[in-house]
Amino acid sequence: MRTTVEPVSWLHTSVGRKIIMAATGVFLMTFLVVHLAGNLLLLRADGGAAFNAYAEFMSTNPFIRVLEVFLFAGFVIHIYQGIYFISREKKSRPKGYALNNAGANSSIFSRTMRLSAIVVLVFLIVHLRHFFVEHRLLGSPYTMYDLCKAAFENPWYSLFYVVSMVLLGFHLAHGFYSSFQTLGLILNRRIEAVIKWAGAAFALGVPLGFAIIPLYFLVKTF
Amino acid sequence: MRFTLEIWRQKNAQDEGRFEVYEVDGISPNTSFLEMLDILNERLIKEGKEPVAFDHDCREGICGSCGLFINGRAHGPLPNITTCRLYMRHFKDGERIVIEPFRAKPFPVIKDLVVDRSALDRIIQKGGYISVNTGSAPDANSIPIPKAVADRAFDYATCIGCGACVAACKNASAMLFVAAKVSHLAMLPQGQPERRQRVKRMVAQMDSEGFGHCSNTGACAVECPAKIPLSAIAQLQRDYIWANLTPDLYAR
Ligand code: HEM
Ligand code: SF4
Ligand code: FES
Repeated sequence: MRTTVEPVSWLHTSVGRKIIMAATGVFLMTFLVVHLAGNLLLLRADGGAAFNAYAEFMSTNPFIRVLEVFLFAGFVIHIYQGIYFISREKKSRPKGYALNNAGANSSIFSRTMRLSAIVVLVFLIVHLRHFFVEHRLLGSPYTMYDLCKAAFENPWYSLFYVVSMVLLGFHLAHGFYSSFQTLGLILNRRIEAVIKWAGAAFALGVPLGFAIIPLYFLVKTF
Repeated sequence: MRFTLEIWRQKNAQDEGRFEVYEVDGISPNTSFLEMLDILNERLIKEGKEPVAFDHDCREGICGSCGLFINGRAHGPLPNITTCRLYMRHFKDGERIVIEPFRAKPFPVIKDLVVDRSALDRIIQKGGYISVNTGSAPDANSIPIPKAVADRAFDYATCIGCGACVAACKNASAMLFVAAKVSHLAMLPQGQPERRQRVKRMVAQMDSEGFGHCSNTGACAVECPAKIPLSAIAQLQRDYIWANLTPDLYAR
C-alpha cells in the first residue's frame, strides 16, 4: 500500500494551492477594474491632462504605494502557483489518449488556461518594461500619456496588445467562474447561473475596454 | 451493423502496448457495447488468439467496473452513462471506434483495457467512513434528518467509483470522486465527528496517489454515470477551507 505523504502545510496540497490561486486571482480581477477605469482617461480629448494627473497620483500617493506592494505580491504568488501547476501537468497522465474528444465535455476556455496564462505573462513583462520600468525606475523625461501615445501609435505594439487582451479574455472567461467555485462560494444553481453570466460579462467587457484604447490611438494616426 | 475497432492491446504492465485493428460485422443495433466485445472475443478464442481483456461485472450500471475510453470520451459518446449501458445503436454503421484504457498515473494498465483503480479505494480508506458503536442496531430514524438533506446526501452517495471523472479530466484529477464522498458525509449528522480530518486526509491521500489538481473544467460531471454535481466540489472546498482556517475547538 502506498503511504500518504503528509503535506507540510495545507497550502502545499493541490486544493490549498488552488485556493491561493483563486484568492490572488480575485484580487487581480479587482485590480483590472481599477486599472481599466484609469486607462479610460486616455480617451479624453484633453491632451493627456487628466491621465497624467491620475498617473501622478498613482505613483506618489502613499496609500497606493502600499497597495502596490500587495499587488506585486499577488502577481508573484499567482504566477508562482500557476507555473507549479503547469509544470506538473504531464505528471498525472504521462501517457495521453490517442483520441481525446475533450470538446464534448468542457469549454475551450477552461482547457486553454495554460496558453492564456503564458500569453498574459509575456504581455505583463513587456507591459511593465514599457511603462512601469520606463516611468518609475528609469525616470523617463516623457509623461505617461506620451509613453502610451508613442506605444499605441505603433501598429505592432497595438496588435500585440489587442491579441494579449483576447487571451486575457480567455483566462477570465473560465477564471472568473472557476475562482468562485474554488472558494466554495457557488452554493446553488441560482448563484452558479449569476456567476456564469457575470463571468461572461467581465471576460468580454474588461479586455474590450483595454483594447479600445490602442485602437483609438491607432485610428487617430490615419 | 459493421464496425472497425481500434483496440489498445497490452500484455501486462511492463509491455509497451499498441493499437490493433479488428473488423466486426453482423452486429445487431441492440447489442450492448460490452456484448459487441464479447462477440469479438468469442471469435478471437475460436481463432486461437488472445481475447481482449476488459473490466465488467454487473452490466447494469451499478458496479462501476466497465471503464473504457471510447472515441475520445470516458464511457463513450453519451454523457452520464456507463459503458455497459451503451448500445451499438448509439454508433453509425461502418464507424471506426477507438477503444483505450482509462489513462492516469494512479491507474496503471494491468492488461489491454483493464486498469488498477485501487488508488480510489485507498482514498476511501483514509476518510470515507464514520464511527459507530457496535452492539444492537439503533432504531431506524432515531436521528431526525430533514428530507431535503437526506436527498442531497443520497445524491452524493450514489458515486459508483468508476473513475470516469479521472479519465475525463485534463489533469487526471479525482476531485469529483473525493468530493462526492466528503459531501455525502458532510450532509449527515453521522458524518460530523470525523468531518474536519476526513477532508484533510482524503485530499492528502489523493495527492499522494498522484492525481492532478482540479481546474473546474466540469468534464467530470458531464461523464459521471451517477450524475454527481459540481456542487460536491464546492462543498469539499468549503470543508477544506473551514477545516484548515478555523481552530478545532475539540483538539487537545
Ligand atoms: C491580471 C492577470 C490575471 C488574472 C486577473 C488572473 C486570474 C485568474 C483566475 C481568477 C483564475 C482562476 C482560479 C481558480 O481556478 O480558482 C486563474 C487561474 C490560472 N491562472 Fe491566472 N490570472 C492572471 C494572470 C496570470 C498569469 C500571468 C499567469 C501565469 C503563470 C496565470 C496562471 C494561471 C493558471 C495556470 C491558472 C489555472 C490553474 C488551474 O489549472 O486550475 N494567471 N487566473
Ligand atoms: S464521481 Fe462519478 S465519475 Fe467519478 S468515480 Fe464516482 S460515479 Fe464515477
Ligand atoms: S459493468 Fe457494472 S457498471 Fe458497467
